Amino acid sequence: MTVPISPRHDETFVLNLGPQHPATHGVLRVKLTMDGEYIVKAEPVLGYIHRMHEKMAEAGTFAQFMPNTARMDYLHALAFNHGWALVVEKAAGIEVPPRAEYIRVITVELNRIHSHLLWWAANLLDLGAFTPLLYAFDDREQVIDLLERVTGSRLTYSYMRFGGVLNDIDEDFIAGTRAFLVRLRERMPVFYHDLVTSNIIFIKRVKDIGIITPEMCRRYGVTGPVARGSGINYDVRKDEPYSVYPHFDFDVPVFHECDSMARYMVRVQEMEQSMRIIEQALDALPDGPIMAKVPKMLKPEAGYYYSAVETARGLLGHRLVCNGDKNPYKLKLRSPTFSNLSLFGEVTQGMLLADALAFLGSLDLVIPEIDR
Amino acid sequence: MERYEKTRSALSPLFPSGHESEAVGTEESEADSSPQQRLPGVVVTEYSRTGSHLDVVCLPDQLMAVAGVLEDEGFFLESIAGVDWLEQGQLEIIYDFNLLGGDQCRVMVRTFVDRSEPVVPTLTGIFPAADWHERETFDFYGLHFQGHPDLTRILLPEDADYHPLLKDFMP
Amino acid sequence: METSIWHALLYLVGILAFAGLNAAYLGYCERKGAARIQRRSGPTEVGYAGLLQPLADGIKLMSKQLLVPKGVDGIIFRAAPILAMVPAITSMAVIPFSGNIQARAMELSVLLLFALAALAMFAILLGGWASGNKYALISSTRAVSQTLAYEIPMLFTVITVVLISGSLNLQDIALDQQGGFWRWNIFRIENGHFLTMWISFLIFFICTIAETNRAPFDMAEAESELVAGFMTEYGSMGFGLFMMGEYLNIVVAACLTTVLFLGGWDCPLGLIPGVWWFLIKIYILIFTFIWIRWTFPRTQIYKLLNLNWKILIPFSMVNLLITAVLIKVF
Repeated sequence: MTVPISPRHDETFVLNLGPQHPATHGVLRVKLTMDGEYIVKAEPVLGYIHRMHEKMAEAGTFAQFMPNTARMDYLHALAFNHGWALVVEKAAGIEVPPRAEYIRVITVELNRIHSHLLWWAANLLDLGAFTPLLYAFDDREQVIDLLERVTGSRLTYSYMRFGGVLNDIDEDFIAGTRAFLVRLRERMPVFYHDLVTSNIIFIKRVKDIGIITPEMCRRYGVTGPVARGSGINYDVRKDEPYSVYPHFDFDVPVFHECDSMARYMVRVQEMEQSMRIIEQALDALPDGPIMAKVPKMLKPEAGYYYSAVETARGLLGHRLVCNGDKNPYKLKLRSPTFSNLSLFGEVTQGMLLADALAFLGSLDLVIPEIDR
Repeated sequence: MERYEKTRSALSPLFPSGHESEAVGTEESEADSSPQQRLPGVVVTEYSRTGSHLDVVCLPDQLMAVAGVLEDEGFFLESIAGVDWLEQGQLEIIYDFNLLGGDQCRVMVRTFVDRSEPVVPTLTGIFPAADWHERETFDFYGLHFQGHPDLTRILLPEDADYHPLLKDFMP
Repeated sequence: METSIWHALLYLVGILAFAGLNAAYLGYCERKGAARIQRRSGPTEVGYAGLLQPLADGIKLMSKQLLVPKGVDGIIFRAAPILAMVPAITSMAVIPFSGNIQARAMELSVLLLFALAALAMFAILLGGWASGNKYALISSTRAVSQTLAYEIPMLFTVITVVLISGSLNLQDIALDQQGGFWRWNIFRIENGHFLTMWISFLIFFICTIAETNRAPFDMAEAESELVAGFMTEYGSMGFGLFMMGEYLNIVVAACLTTVLFLGGWDCPLGLIPGVWWFLIKIYILIFTFIWIRWTFPRTQIYKLLNLNWKILIPFSMVNLLITAVLIKVF
């Protein structure tokens, strides 16, 4: 049992976790003040992969920023594509043809499954189980192959265009996606639930670890699966519907335990919901163009624009300020894990090092997205 | 009553001078390249066009009061963005507030300060989320958030002596 | 017992060869086993089915610089990897591989083995301490608290075996179990010992996993928490020796389990006993070690210690009591 204790003496030491450490999955550094194996104080230190995307946005045109979006959250790059396309379409008043909207939803949801699979693998790796990583990578490979067919790239997609998408999907892609869904549904109970979800060591490692109360979520602006694991029923796809999400029948998994197990269950069930969305979208895929008629050079009206999308990690907001020029005057990216990580210090106080790392894994961090 | 109506009526006592506009539509959200055009007040904006329901412009002194009202209404702080209006010699700070589920209501709170004296009060006492967002804005714009517990560089190196998102920043 | 110089030399070479081969090829078996469990093929390039991979690894490790970072305690830092190997190889001197293959039949060989096992812990402690690295320091403190704690239930279960056999000599203990699996300590029908001995075996097996620092109890190494634990600062053959020491400890643990509980070199049906039975048994046990490692996530240090102090120790004590009563009653 983890019994939070207060330091009994001043024999604490500082442990620099990162920026190169196997459990931070990137270049996050956490400055830990430790009392033995207990954490007295934890301060995340950010910025090791900061690339000033916001300045790059101001320097180029709207379209030129599209490839940048994929380089922030490299695990759910299509959602970042989508978010940028949505805010510019909102500013420039572009209507997207229905077929393009459906293709967007299909690819974004496939990408979400990919992201959750990789999170699942990495989280288990944090807990010291190596084998699940390779099972998840097997499935993930299928998604990447599918997306490579339509987008042309495997990880850092630049697939969305203002007013549509780059390539149309073909029969092979549709058949391949359906086959993938069948395969994943078959593997899910055996490779995922029998091996891991019902494993006693796993349950003991994640149950009642890293409690985030709903009130804390609100104070720190936590969104996404982390908030939904704390009993907050908030999903941008449902609560502020964008694109064609209202056309689909899907549930938002919410768990009230507030611990790492709840966050795990939320993500695992979200994969199932994403599969449902993809199936419905494939069934109802309309015919038609995949691009709207859009002027070569976009010059949106001056004004303030905001759009939010649900990425695999939470709410991604784009705050766009235009002054009628061909460049964005200001773009602020509100990335979900930047806020999700900010409560790390408060939650890990008095925690064991091993538990804190298991908790860090359950937050599902992608460092380039935090640092932007 | 729509949630944004409720929020607006909660906010309106803070702006007694009657600058709030009843108009719903584009001519108020048009904004403009000259940010000074709007006087403090609450304006209802068209959600489908701008992405937010309410556009609140306030003075830096009123910021704490506005945030306090929004906290009571159950909002959370989503992001803080700075904007450098070089020609007008002003810095703008945009706070985006949102609700975690339930009703839909996005509130954009804006305030302006002089570029020569960029000081605004901190919201960390009300929303802990503001901590990192304010540090980021300080990082990029040199905005000083008065009362912030640890206003240091967050994304840039500790020893950086520049604020890269200022429009007159030359690398 | 013959005591000519040739006898001693033969055993020295034989044990070193056995230890070296095991240390090298258990790494290979582990990689192949892990690969099978993970649905991939593992090493295939070097030699037939990758069989020369350990050789290639060895050459690579030996050709690398033995880096001694600034600020470490040089002597202890260099000595620790050697210390990891020595107790494991020494232990093999008293292990009876079969009725007539045993280097030295000591009267108190069980005691000697546990003394050496306790020494192996010092390699981790000293290596971690001398590295001057905080991860290594945490790792070595973990290793000590874990090893010390798990020795208690381990010794309690060994006492049950010693009570049954009435000897501290491994050879006598093995000879006592000859004649079919119903005479092995784990299934011993005589006096109804099978009622308690399978629990003893289970406790002993869990303890050996913990004592050898294997997953899911690899607290000292815990690569997602402590980078590489006590090995963080070691490269080249320093690291190689630690790895080999770890595998040798597993071999010794498997040998000990076989002798104490599985009848040593006895055939399950009591037909033709021989060293091959011994080898089959230890490799089945080692495979189980590998199987467990690649299936389970890691536990956490305090949960591990709680398992020991709150479950294993009380159970092993009660088990000892019942065994003693059974011997007295029948």
